[in-house]
Amino acid sequence: MNEHLLEVDNLFIEFHTRDGVSKVINGVSYHLNAGETLAVLGESGSGKSVTAQAIMGILDMPPGKITRGRILYRGRDLLTMSKEERRKVRGEEIAMVFQDALSSLNPVFTVGNQISETLRKRKGMSKADAMKRAVELMDQVKIPGAKERVKDYPHQFSGGMRQRVMIAMSLAMDPKVLIADEPTTALDVTVQAQIMDLLAELRRDLNMAMILITHDLGVVADVADRIAVMYAGRIVEHADVHALYKNPAHPYTKGLLESIPRLDAKGTELATIKGLPPNLLRPPTGCAFHPRCKYAQDICVTTTPPLLDLGGGRTSACHFAKELLDGRI
Amino acid sequence: MAESETILQVENLVKHFPIRQGILFKKKVGEVKAVDGVSFELKRGETLGIVGESGCGKSTLAKLLMRLETPTAGRARLNGRDIYRMGGSELRRLRRNVQMVMQDPYTSLNPRMTVGDIIGEPYEIHPEAAPRGDRQRRVQELLDLVGLNPEHINRYPHQFSGGQRQRIGIARALALRPEVIVCDEPVSALDVSIQAQVINLLEKLQDEFGLSYIFIAHDLSVVRHISDRVGVMYLGKIVEIGTEDEIYARPTHPYTQALLSAVPVPDPEARAHREVIRLEGDVPSPANPPSGCRFRTRCWKAQEKCAKEEPLLVLRPAADPHPSACHFAEQRHVVA
Amino acid sequence: MSDFETETGSELSTATPGAFFANGTPPSQEVTKVRSATADAWHELRRNGVFWVGLVIALVALVMAVWPSLFTPADPNFCLGSRQMQGPSGAAIFGYDFQGCDVWAHAVYGTRNSLLIGTGAALLSGVLAMLVGMVAGFFGGWVDAIISRIIEVALAVPLILAAIVLMKNLPNNDQNLRLFALIGILGVFGWTTAARVVRSSVISAKQQDYVSAARMLGAGNGRIMWRHIMPNVLAPFLVIITIALGSFIAAEATLSFLGVGLQSPSISWGLDISSARVHMREDATPLIVPSVFLALTVLAFIMLGDAIREAFDPKMR
Repeated sequence: MNEHLLEVDNLFIEFHTRDGVSKVINGVSYHLNAGETLAVLGESGSGKSVTAQAIMGILDMPPGKITRGRILYRGRDLLTMSKEERRKVRGEEIAMVFQDALSSLNPVFTVGNQISETLRKRKGMSKADAMKRAVELMDQVKIPGAKERVKDYPHQFSGGMRQRVMIAMSLAMDPKVLIADEPTTALDVTVQAQIMDLLAELRRDLNMAMILITHDLGVVADVADRIAVMYAGRIVEHADVHALYKNPAHPYTKGLLESIPRLDAKGTELATIKGLPPNLLRPPTGCAFHPRCKYAQDICVTTTPPLLDLGGGRTSACHFAKELLDGRI
Repeated sequence: MAESETILQVENLVKHFPIRQGILFKKKVGEVKAVDGVSFELKRGETLGIVGESGCGKSTLAKLLMRLETPTAGRARLNGRDIYRMGGSELRRLRRNVQMVMQDPYTSLNPRMTVGDIIGEPYEIHPEAAPRGDRQRRVQELLDLVGLNPEHINRYPHQFSGGQRQRIGIARALALRPEVIVCDEPVSALDVSIQAQVINLLEKLQDEFGLSYIFIAHDLSVVRHISDRVGVMYLGKIVEIGTEDEIYARPTHPYTQALLSAVPVPDPEARAHREVIRLEGDVPSPANPPSGCRFRTRCWKAQEKCAKEEPLLVLRPAADPHPSACHFAEQRHVVA
Repeated sequence: MSDFETETGSELSTATPGAFFANGTPPSQEVTKVRSATADAWHELRRNGVFWVGLVIALVALVMAVWPSLFTPADPNFCLGSRQMQGPSGAAIFGYDFQGCDVWAHAVYGTRNSLLIGTGAALLSGVLAMLVGMVAGFFGGWVDAIISRIIEVALAVPLILAAIVLMKNLPNNDQNLRLFALIGILGVFGWTTAARVVRSSVISAKQQDYVSAARMLGAGNGRIMWRHIMPNVLAPFLVIITIALGSFIAAEATLSFLGVGLQSPSISWGLDISSARVHMREDATPLIVPSVFLALTVLAFIMLGDAIREAFDPKMR
């Protein structure tokens, strides 16, 4: 199979701010195949959410500006489509779940109303049918007593239940791709686990593909098939999840994995990544990670590392990726 | 530090917030039992971690310990003296002795004050702590201590990143050389790669000044890393307390076990052979907690006894000799 | 979602690459230039045309109030029956009114009373609003409950009606007394809106973490109010007081027009408009000139207030 379900190809995005041009996305490429889960991992400012917003066509432009690249869905470029076609893809093929469920729901309508609205508008369902389907969807995301609860307003739900409502809404049009942007960050640990389980189950049952955007290395390890690590608007490492955790091929990934405290062991001092993420108004020369990298050489300051193919679908944007993998540095 | 002295002793601390209704004459219609009988001890130089989910009362506990709230009942004794009975100069000494590092580095620093003014404010409030001429030097020392450039004394908070601001907050808390620092989610607002820096700093400062920490957080991995002992809170009560090893390696309370099981482990290999305990539903409202054991509504072990009889936080020798508030406490290995 | 990433906008814009290293190496790079909230507001204001128009008009009015003779050589009280309703001439660019007074000169000299009463009432109501709003917002509880009820009652009393009732009983001949009475009445009945603004700003400032931090350090109420809360209240307070100044000027004109404000021989736009109204059919100039003065001045202050509000509140843009 050569054609991917969704493919981001060499995407560049800038933000024009009062203080200058911020190069937020600098040549990001990734792909998603039917039925798989890709995790996009990154810290704040890495560009992980901006890429998703560009896919969904909800990027604020201005200040945002897509300067280069393509986003292909089933081979068709979303960026050159008409508005009408784009909207169709956005609602019916690709859906998104956000971190903050409370602000994504309208407080003055019942949740049933909000779930069924899409169905009536897009699918031309009758009011009664749409409501019935809304109950089914809420059942599917395991909201207890869905039949009664469709008449409730968002504030009457707990944080975890609200996130389920959001998921039910995104499932309304049977999307093929679900983008989940930090879906559990605002939730408690036990509730977080419930939601992640639900997402994994839905993905399996409905044969959806999922892009999971997160900063949490634990969540990724639990559900993802593949992982793309972003730093300063680039994908610095892309690998199968097992390979990446076992043997990271980029100093940033390695640093991240070493710096998180472990639940299953009492560590001594934590390894740290020195310094701060770069200011994208004035990114460092060469490799954006070089000021924080303990392996940095002269070449890292002068030359932006290309994405090195390490075989097996594995890539790394580090001049010394091979050495790092082999344990030579 | 097996036999070190107790610096802070909290006994049966209770905080109920009244729920009032009515326009002109507000009538009390109920109360939120935010903290409902919490007891623990903190030894000198020790870190006590407090974990729990939102609504468990851990933030209210922090405010009580800082005397930002007055308790409904209970005592907290610092070096033997009840902090809620202090007034005047004794209260001022308490302020010098117990400090806090807050969660949000963006809202905890006054945006209109320079870093020098922020870290120097403790000396203005307690002029006896440092002679006026000495203050700038002390502020610069503190900046240096927390890993910031002492020359940045005239900058404003917005000129710093989140992690740096948290360092400023730590410097402010250290200014009066307190014995106890309450850390309320000090790293949860920070990026992963910055968290480790701040955690290491807190540990370094503890060694250097012999500080005692109450470390409140929802991140169980962070708490394990930094704590000597850990208390697990659920709906205003501590359900299990013990050494870091007792809580993480040999938990006996079902809630602790569920909590530990829910934490995603950054190891894809662990996916297959991890024991999964999934709790049903959400935490009940602290305004109307379940009778008996508060966890029973979500507990797979719950029996009639749990609804009738409240399990006390006592030693359960049958399980593992550390206090656990479960009638059916039993050791279970959850974390790999 | 105008930030690049919801959770991080500020981190991105303020990150200082290499400003510190874990091992304490001194920074090698300069901190990114980031403006403070005040500097930011000023930057916005400078580019706002409304602000400049308002400012220029307000400044002209101020100069006119202090040195009216700069704008006209004529004496506004030198009125000759023989010049009744004369049209514009070299001596009087807008001609004379029914009493034979110079229309332009009268309007120019009216500025002083308008600004005096407007500023006086704004200062008085501002001080009241600040004190009451601060106390209510800061101490909360029953203090706040009582003050809030008082504010509600005061809000229910129409300003103009109260002024009419109270001013009616004052002697007509003591103009200084009437002037101060106007300032007093407008100030005392006009503070409520500003007090509510102050109260709500205090309440939101009080909940800031850094206020808790100061309290935990042992800071007293005075210090917390002055150092930590006051600066947050100042911007909205300035806005509301500036706008109130404009409305007080309008209120003075209204009262004088109705015959319960200033009385002749005091000069006031309201009085001018009132007396010109009768002869509007013959010549509208004596009506139009003071009306334009009044409208421009009131507008100027409202524009200023609005511009400042916009500058301090980026969400309005």
